[in-house]
Amino acid sequence: MKPAPFRMYAPHTVAQAVATLAALEAEGQHAKVLAGGQSLVPVLAMRLAEPGHLVDINGIAGLDSIDVSSAGVRVGALVRHAELLRHAAANRVQPLLGQALNLVAHATIRNRGTTVGSLAHADPSGEMTAVLALTGGSVTAVSVRGEREIPAAEFFVGPLESSLAADELAVSAFFPAAPAGAGTAFVEMARRHGDYALSGVGAVVIPGRSGDEGAPAIDVRCGFLSVSETPLVLDLSDAWAAGEDSVMAAVRAAIEPQDDIHASADYRRHITGILAVRAIREALANAGNGQGDEQWEATA
Amino acid sequence: MGQRYFGEPIRRTEDIRLTTGQGHYLDDIGAGQPVLEAAFLRSPHANARIRSIDIADALDVEGVRAIYLYEDLTGPVAEPLPVLIPHPALTAPRTPYALAKDRVHHVGQAVAMVVAENRYLAEDAAQRIVVDYEVLPAVATLDMARAAERHAHDDVPDNISAHLLQTVGDLDAGFAKATHTLEFDLHVERSASTPLEGKGVYAKWDADDSSLRVYSSTQASTSVRAAIAAKLEIPLLKVEVIAPDVGGGFGVKIAHPWPEEIMVPFAAIRLGQPVKWAEDRREHFISSSHERGQDHHVRVGFDDEGVITALDVLFYHDNGAFTPYGIINPIITSTQLLGPYKPGAYRVDFYSMYTNTVQVTPYRGAGRPQGVFVMERTMDKIAQALGKDRAEVRAANFIQPDEFPYDQGLIFQDGRPLIYDSGNYPHQLTILKDMIGWDDMAARRADAASRGKLLGVGMACYVEGTGVGPYEGAHVHIQTDGTVDVATGLTSQGQGHQTMLAQITADELGVPFEKVRVVTGDTRRFGYAVGTFASRTAVMSGSAVALAARAARAKALRVAANALECDEGDLEIVDGVVQMKGAPDTKIDLGTVAVLSNPLRYAFDKAAQAATQFQGVDDFDKPPVAEDDEPGLEGKDYYSPPRSTFASGMHAAIVEIDPETFDIHIDKYFVVHDCGRLVNPMIVAGQVHGGVAQGIGGALYEKMEYDDDGQLQNASFMDFLMPYVTEIPQKELGELELGHQETPSPLNPIGVKGAGEAGVIPVSALIASAIEDAVGFPIDSMPISPNGLYRLHERFAAGELPRVEHYAASPPAAKRARRGAATRTKKSADTPS
Ligand SMILES: Cc1cc2nc3c(=O)[nH]c(=O)nc-3n(C[C@H](O)[C@H](O)[C@H](O)COP(=O)(O)OP(=O)(O)OC[C@H]3O[C@@H](n4cnc5c(N)ncnc54)[C@H](O)[C@@H]3O)c2cc1C
Repeated sequence: MKPAPFRMYAPHTVAQAVATLAALEAEGQHAKVLAGGQSLVPVLAMRLAEPGHLVDINGIAGLDSIDVSSAGVRVGALVRHAELLRHAAANRVQPLLGQALNLVAHATIRNRGTTVGSLAHADPSGEMTAVLALTGGSVTAVSVRGEREIPAAEFFVGPLESSLAADELAVSAFFPAAPAGAGTAFVEMARRHGDYALSGVGAVVIPGRSGDEGAPAIDVRCGFLSVSETPLVLDLSDAWAAGEDSVMAAVRAAIEPQDDIHASADYRRHITGILAVRAIREALANAGNGQGDEQWEATA
Repeated sequence: MGQRYFGEPIRRTEDIRLTTGQGHYLDDIGAGQPVLEAAFLRSPHANARIRSIDIADALDVEGVRAIYLYEDLTGPVAEPLPVLIPHPALTAPRTPYALAKDRVHHVGQAVAMVVAENRYLAEDAAQRIVVDYEVLPAVATLDMARAAERHAHDDVPDNISAHLLQTVGDLDAGFAKATHTLEFDLHVERSASTPLEGKGVYAKWDADDSSLRVYSSTQASTSVRAAIAAKLEIPLLKVEVIAPDVGGGFGVKIAHPWPEEIMVPFAAIRLGQPVKWAEDRREHFISSSHERGQDHHVRVGFDDEGVITALDVLFYHDNGAFTPYGIINPIITSTQLLGPYKPGAYRVDFYSMYTNTVQVTPYRGAGRPQGVFVMERTMDKIAQALGKDRAEVRAANFIQPDEFPYDQGLIFQDGRPLIYDSGNYPHQLTILKDMIGWDDMAARRADAASRGKLLGVGMACYVEGTGVGPYEGAHVHIQTDGTVDVATGLTSQGQGHQTMLAQITADELGVPFEKVRVVTGDTRRFGYAVGTFASRTAVMSGSAVALAARAARAKALRVAANALECDEGDLEIVDGVVQMKGAPDTKIDLGTVAVLSNPLRYAFDKAAQAATQFQGVDDFDKPPVAEDDEPGLEGKDYYSPPRSTFASGMHAAIVEIDPETFDIHIDKYFVVHDCGRLVNPMIVAGQVHGGVAQGIGGALYEKMEYDDDGQLQNASFMDFLMPYVTEIPQKELGELELGHQETPSPLNPIGVKGAGEAGVIPVSALIASAIEDAVGFPIDSMPISPNGLYRLHERFAAGELPRVEHYAASPPAAKRARRGAATRTKKSADTPS
């Protein structure tokens, strides 16, 4: 379990980093960005990937900030899961962050692993991929060609595949604030505490939002993990209005879980319906008691 | 002997060192020195012929010093590795070569060894070796082995390595006497020891001295030494083997010699430079032993009270690709299955089967968890059939306190009669029932129901043969500064042996605990030993240390009596000082006695100077060292028991099941343990707690996932689900309660029984029982996952599985009658198995 040979680069600025990535790309070299290393290093050690070059971004100044505004939370590329989890203001603005981060791995891994890294890794079992999709967030990427903002819907291309180009660096991610009056919740089932979930569901509900005739009284949206190739978001407002059984049926029809050694597709389909109902119930309860601060304290 | 330390929960002297990074493990050895490192190329196929191996490209990697293949091996190294424990029933034993000859039998088998300047380069080179394999169909499962359409070894067409049948009593008469019979299948999956530190070997050849020093992360350094000496044809006294700090063993490191334990010294001698190999996690999963996989078919006859009149068990044991450790595992399963019970008649018939998977050798519990699973599921099924309380049926079958020693009429793993030395099972059950509140679970059930959960309770009982022979020895050496060095040959893997053995020594000698230093597993210090397995250290080395300390004490008293000119019988040793009973001012330090014990008395230190005052007038007619004496204050002795001593345990658990997701949660866990006298209750509690944790792993999480090609799908800690601390009931949180009962063993000088494996043994049995109680359909295969439970529920809902109802206390008569009707009456069910 020792990686194949590679060359390390330690840029101090984003400009140096993307220049290095571009130069390597031009030479046809296989390069990888190294952030917290919690996903990349095991893959290297098992020689499941053998990139010849690693661009370590840990020495770049200015990528470690969490900027909170009423619009949402911008998370720099070097912000560790643990920092974001601890950030009270960020969690007041978007409680899903803490609710989900609590379920990401274990404390030691959260101390090192970055939230942006987990988005770039694009694992459909990652909690934060689901949160980015559910909140309608985006990732900001920089390359020698300039900067671009990639909406969540375009960011996740396939399992472990994002739309970042090989020479692009994700410098931050933006998670929009929870809508006024909304309640959120994140529930999942894992074999052991901190494991990647067999299935997980994030929910955002906005009670009494629609005044339209005939429209459902409650706006209900859920984001799913581990049950599709890319993070899946469903509008379940109509289903919820029709009852919990309808929610379960709608969810089970929409997801495409796979068999693996930990759970069958059947079982994942079964529990995802149940978890969706539980997430919605919990989000409604949170909306009812004015989530904000309380939500944060519960997860901290 | 005073009892200052024996029985006290003294903190482990090892812990500060081991928990603050001061431990010295295999991979720490040679750090910072020019040590060559090895990597092994391992077979990617489960069953294949090797047509050719091309190493040309690999040799081009800079920094590679050697690549060894089978063809480079000569003499005994080129022979297959030994069968450690042969048995007449093991008719087709097979072991691997140190490097595969022309055939591989499982994924992970060592094919080539690369030695390079470091492990990275060695792995780079290993990756470039090209092996041309002719891939054969693999025997991946027990079912495939039994079908015998594929062959794990070309020359074992039925895939059977061993077949053994044991019978006690008249089985036919037993079934004739039965008023009910049941017949069913049970299944236990494969798991593994998975110590946090894998195996590892470091070897250094001293050309000036023609001697070899080897460090191995082993449970049996003396035997590794003998194996290396024999295989590499080096005189035994020129080989030293040391087990440094070992990060867990749990059985896997008792198997030996591993190919690497031969190949690393082989390379070190040839290259004239130290060589090290530290196993990585993936290597450990695919090349170090597994255990547990067995399929059982049970037929049981019993009377209206649930008393078993006949028990007939047929089982198939998956021994993997090789049988270096003989058939110890299935023998233990077949004998220890009986637990605290006395079935009227018993027949056990097993087949040990080859599969193209990693070899199977003992893992903590060593065949017992499967046996206990079978017996305890049987008890539950009898209770269910009769509508009786599960505890009541167990009690009806117990061996009674006045029946010891109790002869089960079988031959145990040590080749000796299976005779239980002592125990008190009815009392143990009473303690357990009181702890859990067995007879009144109604409130708990109602509380769980109010939270939308299903609650279940289960219990399981077992008896564990511990402290198997043939012997262990110890050396106790009192130094001139009053400190005491103790050595025993068996090894430690973090159990607290240093502390426990120091407690025994301190009490036996009458010295402060802090003055005792204990060394284990170093062949330079003690050459004869068997090893650490079968919960034997306290029993075997504990007894040997006690005997050796008594010998040293006797000599101390004799020398002191001579110096103080008094009678030995008038002396006692208190706090490291030999003194006159009743007149403690007449005294002499033990260190001074040590000086006096050696006629050569250069005054290098204060102790020797102090001793001069006692120097009497020499009797010039006698030699300075008497004929039957020797210089120095030492004691050495061996303990060899007539047979094993039998510890017992009873565990219970309360589980909660989520009826929608089938998530399984252990709410509370209870243990009543009996390992005779406790040297250190804190260490015993830790061992039991750790065992329970490992048992929960086996019950709910751990499973080797082989596909039909014999590829292990989950060879990493990402996918092999060893439970975290979050999955284990914690004593501090009130989730785990430990109770003790002490029935001393009459077989050894300190009255102890083994405790090391205890915790793990009954866990699968009682978790199955508890889950079954919660969900109401049978749990006959372990481990069980939420997904597995869901699948069973689907089958239950489709009418494919019967309903199971358990009764914690005596049920209403109406229910009893209904249950009774569900069992088959005798004769109709007498289908031969
Ligand atoms: C035992 C264990 C359990 C885990 N459990 C979970 C879990 O339950 N849920 C979960 O979501 N995650 C889990 N993880 C993964 C963890 O969250 C990782 O930290 C995260 O997925 C990746 O973040 P990182 O900073 O470590 O990225 P790295 O490992 O450094 O990189 C991961 C990938 O993303 C790329 N990358 C990283 N940063 C950038 C960037 N700024 N721009 C472009 N590309 C980039 C890298 O090139 C690499 O391909 C677990 C990890 C471990 C080891």
